[in-house]
Amino acid sequence: MANGLAGKTLRIDLARGDIRSFPTDEGLYRHWHGGRGITAKILYDEVPRDADPLGPENILIVNAGIMSGCFIPAGSKVEFGSVSPLTNGPGDSNMGGHLGPALKFAGYDMIIFEDLSRRPVFLFVDNQTVELRDATKYWGMKSLDCEKKLKEDLGEDFEIATIGPAGENGILFSCITHDFGRQAGRTGQGAVMGSKKLKAIAVRGNKSIHVRNLDSLTKQVTEIILRTKKHPNMVPWQKYGTAFFIQWSNTNACIPAYNFQTTFYEDIDRIDGDQLVEKCLITHKACFGCWMNCGKYTKAVIPGKPEVHLEGPEYETGSLCGSNLGMKDINHVAYINWLLDNLGMDSMSGGGVIAFAMECFERGLISEADLEGHSLKWGSVDDVEHFLDMVAHKRGIGEWFAGGSKRAAAKIGRGSEKFAMQVKGQEMSGYDGRWAPGMLLSYMTADIGAHHNRSWTITVDMAEGRDTVEGRAKIVVYLQHIRPLFDTWCICRLFWGELDITPEEIVESLNHITGWGVSVAEVLRTSEMIWNLNRCHYIERNRDNGRSFDYPPARAWEDKIPSGPGTGKGLSLAQIDRMLDEYYAARGWDEKGNPTRELLEDLGLGYAADRLAKAGFLGRSIPGGIPPVRGEKYKPKAF
Amino acid sequence: MRIKVNRDKCTGCRLCLQICAIEHFNEINPKKAALRIEAKFPDPGKYRPFVCTLCGKCAEVCPEEAISRADSGAYIVDRDKCTNCGVCVPPCPVGVVFQHPDHDYVIICDFCMLCTELCNTGAIVKWEKAASLEAKGV
Repeated sequence: MANGLAGKTLRIDLARGDIRSFPTDEGLYRHWHGGRGITAKILYDEVPRDADPLGPENILIVNAGIMSGCFIPAGSKVEFGSVSPLTNGPGDSNMGGHLGPALKFAGYDMIIFEDLSRRPVFLFVDNQTVELRDATKYWGMKSLDCEKKLKEDLGEDFEIATIGPAGENGILFSCITHDFGRQAGRTGQGAVMGSKKLKAIAVRGNKSIHVRNLDSLTKQVTEIILRTKKHPNMVPWQKYGTAFFIQWSNTNACIPAYNFQTTFYEDIDRIDGDQLVEKCLITHKACFGCWMNCGKYTKAVIPGKPEVHLEGPEYETGSLCGSNLGMKDINHVAYINWLLDNLGMDSMSGGGVIAFAMECFERGLISEADLEGHSLKWGSVDDVEHFLDMVAHKRGIGEWFAGGSKRAAAKIGRGSEKFAMQVKGQEMSGYDGRWAPGMLLSYMTADIGAHHNRSWTITVDMAEGRDTVEGRAKIVVYLQHIRPLFDTWCICRLFWGELDITPEEIVESLNHITGWGVSVAEVLRTSEMIWNLNRCHYIERNRDNGRSFDYPPARAWEDKIPSGPGTGKGLSLAQIDRMLDEYYAARGWDEKGNPTRELLEDLGLGYAADRLAKAGFLGRSIPGGIPPVRGEKYKPKAF
Repeated sequence: MRIKVNRDKCTGCRLCLQICAIEHFNEINPKKAALRIEAKFPDPGKYRPFVCTLCGKCAEVCPEEAISRADSGAYIVDRDKCTNCGVCVPPCPVGVVFQHPDHDYVIICDFCMLCTELCNTGAIVKWEKAASLEAKGV
């Protein structure tokens, strides 16, 4: 196959131990591009709407995309997809490192795991040798420890993904870990893997990936690499990675502090990028084919605790487990990052859940008696370590928090729902949206629950006006189409925003790889198809009008920012409703947030309109029709 | 003509491996590269590139006299003479003589230097360039 694909797809029935290999469906790739596009389509088609996400009818898809491994900058990603136990909607999450390319070098584009294994297993892939092997001796091991042990047992050149105790125990925000610090963290993919008793995936391959026009691709990519070596953002990016933005976010009043109570952190100098590089850095670390090396491999040194090694904390973990928990030492932030990584919990949701619990403790909603005699105070790394152990093993009230902050708030009650900082059950990323309305709208409408990677608008809000909401929705729609394309192709998106590489250049690379000859407009349409299919799927599973799922917790409109440069800033519920109205109109959905038949048929998704109508949630036809183009092109400004 | 390795600067990105295989086999396949990167994680948490040091041991042991030193200084494999017996693999002190099941000859660096041009951290650098940078105190 000279189109970027490896050629084979694996379907593995874990209950029967049956492994089947098929030629990869090229038509499916041409239509949905791979990555999150294909996971969305397969989940929509194959998982019953009433299936328990942790039950036998859910599937776990591992997809290496069309561009991963293809000498494209940061062509390193692999996408995991399953119905999310955290959001109860179609879920996907990806990670960099080397697993996606390795899967293709072994000859496989995708693995679909069906049903549940009765005993712990791991998947062994060594070119044509594909086996489910007994994982009894690895079951119970922590994520990073298990990766080390598997490398010792199988060989250093295997690329390995593991889950930790959290995934095994059904903690709903569990992640999948690889390369000693890269995670598919969001939407609880690790919990699905654990429910299937699939402890790990180990892959090694020595085959070639063939593309349509290697000469053109090599020439173009070499030119991009040589040109961008001199880009002014390259030096800070290589030095700090995303940790650079800790100070930036604080200065610009969008960093979450003390569970999103405020957007200014007085001790920011103790947890910023300079502290990370000075006190913790061991080595810079890159994903496959990436010349920006944003990864920081680090150590956390705390008197009385063992020295631990980890990757990070990058910006999201650095903010959500740093300022958001009131931490006052970068070593403490790094240590919490390591705890979450090794237990196998998403460090973003993890930071959000810990912060929510800390505010509950501060307000007296949970007590030391609930916490086995421990406190849970802002800034205490010891308290966090004990709390996470309760959560990972579902001890006592740890079980409430094992379902994420939304489910914990439902148990705790007494107004705590107001400050469980999540949408659709998934905790927010490391930006407070009260003075960044486009960012808040991005969380509210993201198809997998609150997550910044679908649309990130902090600089858009700064450029267009942080106090106004008008006109922001169209830009959010555009970003929700262009940014997820990178997850569809299984390449990293960071080089696009940071090094001024244009979407046209990336689509040119796609065409060199695939020979498809597509335009930017066409790929944006594919992304819009994916978005709407996921929306229909979510509504069908959760059986209410889409709008009912799109509101943030009440802190977003009831509390103004109390300190720092954003003091007094905030949004009203009327402004939030206005953004939603504008957003639905821009998407061609009705005022209840339900996709209309006109839109779905325009996107070639008539079958989704039929299913949505049957469920009773097809959007009402819009007077005047749907917009001919959804979303307004916007060039995000780099920092 | 040599390649200088600054081992602490390697980030493990493998761009060097990719461009090497593209240049010499017209394929994307890091397992066909003529250099390698060792990753030692979680402890101590370091990468280390290994490249040909021009020691000549591979040529010394070759029973077919298939490896010879070219005018450029590099050791070149005569693909017709090489029988892929593998005798030259173990003696290489840095482990950069490779065999691949697709090919019936060994893979050894020919010092095309493309890897050094793409490397963005200075982990592998053309020797002359490294010497001049060091002379300037960079």
